[in-house]
Amino acid sequence: MIMRKEEIRRHTVAVLVDNEAGVLARVIGLFSGRGYNIESLTVAEVDPGERLSRITIVTSGTPMVIEQIKAQLGRLVPVHKVRDLTVDGPSVSREMALVKVAGGGEKRVESLRIADIFRARVVDSTNESFVFEIVGATEKLDAFIKLMQPLGLIDVSRTGVVAISRGAEGI
Amino acid sequence: MAQEKLSGSEIILKALVDQGVDVIFGYPGGAVLPLYDEIFKQNRIRHILVRHEQAALHAAEGYARSTGKVGAVLVTSGPGATNAVTGLTDALMDSIPLVCFTGQVPTHLIGNDAFQEADTTGITRPCTKHNYLVKDVADLARVVHEAFYVARSGRPGPVVIDLPKDVLINEAAYISPAKIKHKSYKPQVKGDIKQIEKAVEMIAQAKKPIFYCGGGVINSGPAASTLLTQFAHTTGFPVTLTLMGLGAFPASDKQFLGMLGMHGTFEANWAMHDCDLMICVGARFDDRVTGRTNAFAPHSKKIHIDIDPSSVNKNVAVDLAIIGDVAHVLEDMIKVWKSKQYKPHDKALKEWWRQIELWRARDCLRYDRTSKLIKPQYAIERLYEQTKNRDTYITTEVGQHQMWAAQLYKFEKPNRWMTSGGLGTMGYGLPAAMGVQLAHPDSLVVDISGESSVQMNIQEMATICQYRLPVKVFILNNSYMGMVRQWQELLYEKRYAESYMGAHPDFVKLADAYGAKGLRCDAVADVDAAIREMIETDGPVILDMRVDPEENCFPMIPSGAAHNDMLLGSTDEGQKPISEEGMVLV
Repeated sequence: MIMRKEEIRRHTVAVLVDNEAGVLARVIGLFSGRGYNIESLTVAEVDPGERLSRITIVTSGTPMVIEQIKAQLGRLVPVHKVRDLTVDGPSVSREMALVKVAGGGEKRVESLRIADIFRARVVDSTNESFVFEIVGATEKLDAFIKLMQPLGLIDVSRTGVVAISRGAEGI
Repeated sequence: MAQEKLSGSEIILKALVDQGVDVIFGYPGGAVLPLYDEIFKQNRIRHILVRHEQAALHAAEGYARSTGKVGAVLVTSGPGATNAVTGLTDALMDSIPLVCFTGQVPTHLIGNDAFQEADTTGITRPCTKHNYLVKDVADLARVVHEAFYVARSGRPGPVVIDLPKDVLINEAAYISPAKIKHKSYKPQVKGDIKQIEKAVEMIAQAKKPIFYCGGGVINSGPAASTLLTQFAHTTGFPVTLTLMGLGAFPASDKQFLGMLGMHGTFEANWAMHDCDLMICVGARFDDRVTGRTNAFAPHSKKIHIDIDPSSVNKNVAVDLAIIGDVAHVLEDMIKVWKSKQYKPHDKALKEWWRQIELWRARDCLRYDRTSKLIKPQYAIERLYEQTKNRDTYITTEVGQHQMWAAQLYKFEKPNRWMTSGGLGTMGYGLPAAMGVQLAHPDSLVVDISGESSVQMNIQEMATICQYRLPVKVFILNNSYMGMVRQWQELLYEKRYAESYMGAHPDFVKLADAYGAKGLRCDAVADVDAAIREMIETDGPVILDMRVDPEENCFPMIPSGAAHNDMLLGSTDEGQKPISEEGMVLV
């Protein structure tokens, strides 16, 4: 039985699919065709032997909509497994961002100081710029990027969320 | 020992034979010429040359629906594939198993905007159950076998295989279907026994129950209809069917309340509204069935049996869901009912039936039998009377005639009724009738149609005549797009914007032009004789039945209204104006 409460909640869904041409288009087409949200989406091959890819989708909706999303994903032919990491048990999720900041003087020093607090690493540096690598929860990345804004933020590239369940069980 | 190598075209034909295909509907073109050459060289698979690719899809749908087998289609690249899109969408919406082969430009030209190139897998991704682009002939045999498996398994649907021309020519070893096992697609067939036990307990306790059954019963095979009838008789519960489900339960049975939904019967819709337990079997709570969902069967518990988990809780939240094939689940339900020695709630059911009989007494399908004009309902009643004792299959187009046929033609068996339900495709019926006739050469096949719909694929008269298919085209000619006109009358103050066609062909001459027989009837007294002549004519016939141009199809639940807000006839009009929300709905 699903809950009939109508509140909208964010869910992280992991989908194991055959790594074949068009599979990502099927998933994205399903979301756009049926009017579901995608807040972030990541995909990469995770089992080269079996040619399986794992897609992590962050979406939001009422419980009825989330059930529908999972059922619709499940009926795509190349989909092996669908897991809702938000409700199926505890999970960890991470996102990475590369953040480019340019400028000199006090702002340059300040950006380094904040990067240190957030445990961001410098992966590229010139006399007038840094590229920081930061890993963590989405909210941590949001906070870091916000702080960089007045310090000469030039460019942001984010991976989107990847997530996995806690404990010994696989997907 | 190395296995003998075959060309891609030879592999496809061998695979089709192994999949039990005997007829393929198609239209040739440059990209599929190697495959056509192979078809020319063999005689195990019969190719039917249609006049438009859309018709090939509908013909295959008619073939599939009337036989329970997978329909096969072959079209060329580019326009061949894009013309197939309507038929593919139709088959997807109505869960009809098809495999459609599309030609494609050679692999080295894909993406170059080559002549007759289209991104077929891109275009058909949302209108197929699955699709494939075969880039290596070594994959071809596996893909064809997988496609047939996917098309017919679980909730059936159309599958496209896109074939670059070089793949049809290159050679590889053949793989037989027995060696193919799908990696990921394994639909659940048996229902969860705990859920089934709970459901049967709810059924035993019900006081005002109803079986609401749909196309899933038909797709599950004839055994499902037999089991449904058996369980309905054991429990004594009333049964209503969706448009797609007609024939799943005998229409002449006392327990049958008729079709439900927008143009369903008064008794079916009221029983749905007032029930305390709804047992939904292979139906999907479509908006044409539910009306306004927040007023849909407000006092009921709902059980939903469906093979597709995404059908559950999509439009209406249910209390108990059983995922599985209808026949398997019904079989288990009957077993549980017997082993636990349940008895239906006789006293409550007697009261429920008393109420239902009061609704039934409203005689909601009545019409003016004194009219000097031919009433379309009368024409269908007479058609039914003259064909009921024959081996008859009915197809329809889309519109008023379709709803009258659904209301008034009584189907006793499954697979006898072919109509475009989900997509509502005008032009479906004529090519579908062609497909049905090919599968059942000695049966009577009638396309109940309207003069507007039939013209959307009228070119198929040439196919029908070429293959000497004795299809009967029964046109209820009211000179309007009748359902559009009806909505304009009821909702747009009779502003008949573009629903009247100022010119129609002379259907008698048109039949003659194609080489079929044409008949016309415009007097009530001649209806029986005209129908008799149509049936008794050896060969294809178009019967142009001139019916009352302004007759409306009732009962009708206006868009956005609840089941108990239905209009019964013209005297009801205007009492309950359509809400603004309702106007937005289709």
